[in-house]
Amino acid sequence: MSAAFSQLGPYLALILVGFLPNEIWRLLGLLVARGLNEDSEIVVWVRAVATAILAGVIAQLIVTSSGALATIPLAVRVAAVVAGFLAFLLIRRSVFAGVAIGEAVLIVGAFALAP
Amino acid sequence: MSSAPPAAPSPHDSSLAAFAHGVLTAGRSVFAYVLFGTYIGIGALAHDFGFSVGWMVLSTVLIWAAPAQVILISTLGSAALIDTALAVSLSSVRFMPMVVALLPMLRDARTRTRHLLVPTHLTAISVWVEAMRLLPTLPRDHRIAFYNGLGTGLITPPIIAGAIGFYVAGQVPVVFAAGLLFLTPLSMLMSITRNSRTLIDRAALALGFVIGPLMAATKVGLDLMWTGIIAGTIAYVVHRLREAVR
Repeated sequence: MSAAFSQLGPYLALILVGFLPNEIWRLLGLLVARGLNEDSEIVVWVRAVATAILAGVIAQLIVTSSGALATIPLAVRVAAVVAGFLAFLLIRRSVFAGVAIGEAVLIVGAFALAP
Repeated sequence: MSSAPPAAPSPHDSSLAAFAHGVLTAGRSVFAYVLFGTYIGIGALAHDFGFSVGWMVLSTVLIWAAPAQVILISTLGSAALIDTALAVSLSSVRFMPMVVALLPMLRDARTRTRHLLVPTHLTAISVWVEAMRLLPTLPRDHRIAFYNGLGTGLITPPIIAGAIGFYVAGQVPVVFAAGLLFLTPLSMLMSITRNSRTLIDRAALALGFVIGPLMAATKVGLDLMWTGIIAGTIAYVVHRLREAVR
């Protein structure tokens, strides 16, 4: 643990470097949204930007993983996403089916490639 | 499960009914279950990095963003505080365009800014994705209460799961811990795909999915913001061109 962290205490650190830097974006959104109309072109564009960022976040969670997920080889993670997504498309667009197949491929692949 | 709000609710209980409808909608959402799994993984991570269970619960209530929480937990003890704050903040840029796209759907002429504070805080990918699909079908004066119910219903399982993960940490094999963290991107990819019915949504989704990792690889900084602006703008231009052709 760094000196600064132990001085600050975990709860104060949670507020200052967790909550505030995260919440600022929600509050900026609240400010920017004032007076904007649902059907205005700027809101249509912003919604496309938001959707693209979400897709980017999802792709990055898969490609540049952290925590326990980083111990699974990239090829296995990508194969699991592809298999899950194909299952989702083929099985009546069921998110449950896609998640089940994707998770199964991830876990089987991890065991198969384990040293 | 079927939610059966009163056919003709009186003005006094209509917002309560809308809130309850939101909570029930959360219970039927796949996100309620995959977020439960994901937050077991995050709770276990918090335990391994030496945080307390109270800290973990409070981080979910205050931050309510899985990527930001993973970054905070895994870097707070080792990185400089300013680096952690920056990494957390960069991971949360998405909330600004999400809130900007959401709030015009929520409010009506009588809505005050303070009525929008709770919906603003409850906004997360899961809540937003479900709400953008369902809000247009609801009467405008029920939307804020519905959204608050939906958000409450979706944040509650992660709060509980974070605490459970804390206690099962160390007993979960690393492969299964990885599987829990994998639930979030996997289910979100499919839910957003299912909810994208318009050309502009689909184009933004596909382009963002490809450009996101490319921008991260270039290490330009603010990669998610650039991903959103580039992919979102291309999708918007494609949408405008198609409208013009019609």
